[in-house]
Amino acid sequence: MRIMVNGVERQAQDATVAELLMSLEAPPKGVAVERNRVIVPKSAYKTTHLEDGDEIEIVDIVGGG
Amino acid sequence: MSDSVISERSDPLVIAGRTFNSRLIIGTGKYKTYAENAAAAEAAGVDMVTVAIRRVNLGDPSKERLTDFVSPEKYTYLPNTAGCFTAEDAMRTLRLAREAGGWELVKLEVLADQKTLYPDMEETLRAAKLLIAEGFKVMVYCSDDPVYARKLEDAGCAAIMPLGSLIGSGLGIQNPVNIRLIVEQSRVPVIVDAGVGTASDAAIAMELGCDGVLMNTAIAEAKNPVLMASAMRHAVIAGREAYLAGRMGKKRYADPSSPLAGLI
Repeated sequence: MRIMVNGVERQAQDATVAELLMSLEAPPKGVAVERNRVIVPKSAYKTTHLEDGDEIEIVDIVGGG
Repeated sequence: MSDSVISERSDPLVIAGRTFNSRLIIGTGKYKTYAENAAAAEAAGVDMVTVAIRRVNLGDPSKERLTDFVSPEKYTYLPNTAGCFTAEDAMRTLRLAREAGGWELVKLEVLADQKTLYPDMEETLRAAKLLIAEGFKVMVYCSDDPVYARKLEDAGCAAIMPLGSLIGSGLGIQNPVNIRLIVEQSRVPVIVDAGVGTASDAAIAMELGCDGVLMNTAIAEAKNPVLMASAMRHAVIAGREAYLAGRMGKKRYADPSSPLAGLI
């Protein structure tokens, strides 16, 4: 299936959000995840399965004024 | 030290029930490196830093992270909504910030256009009401319009943060009369946010009675950011003390400082 992650289209296997984060080497903490504009709480990473066409955003805290 | 001398510790800044010893808040953008940013924060003696929410750089997992240099254990992070042009964008950004790190004390800014980054006050007020309804403590970037400042306070904002001049302009406090009007009417802290270019600008903001100053570019784009951070620390303290001390009256003619009696 195909999903969008941070605006880039990617091929993905059937996987959970937790598995996606692991495969992308996303920072293990301090990030937040949105799936189709809805926040996925950390407690739900392992139980939230990706579906074809999902739009995922993974954000971090960065320097800013 | 005499009892009448004000130290940072005895004159804290209280925002939404939280106490901060420093009245200076700095941004964490535009520094050459996060290490330089950390050194500037140390020199500035700040308790609070603003941060932004952005997409994780998935192409480069080894990239340095702000949190490894400017620790959220040591500094209170104030997530901002920089780059947001609608209330919905701002809500989305701060909900993500809350999920990422649990932060509820936030800096709201809803901008009108790229060229001036001037706040869209109608949209800012709408966003503030929505965020407060969701439990956020909102420190709000706003124009120096006392009427909107009052509306934001009435909506429940935790701090009113009028611009001294445009973001990143370094033009200083362009409308001290309006800043003073806002200070006099407000029951929540007033923090000049944006426009400070050098130490005297920060001192002027504090002498006007502001409760604090927030700046980024003035430090980050100084030739020596760490030295400028130190200068800003002193300027904010000096301005605060001068405000509390109460300045002398202005006179049109000279008034000799040495006694006239006994003149030879």
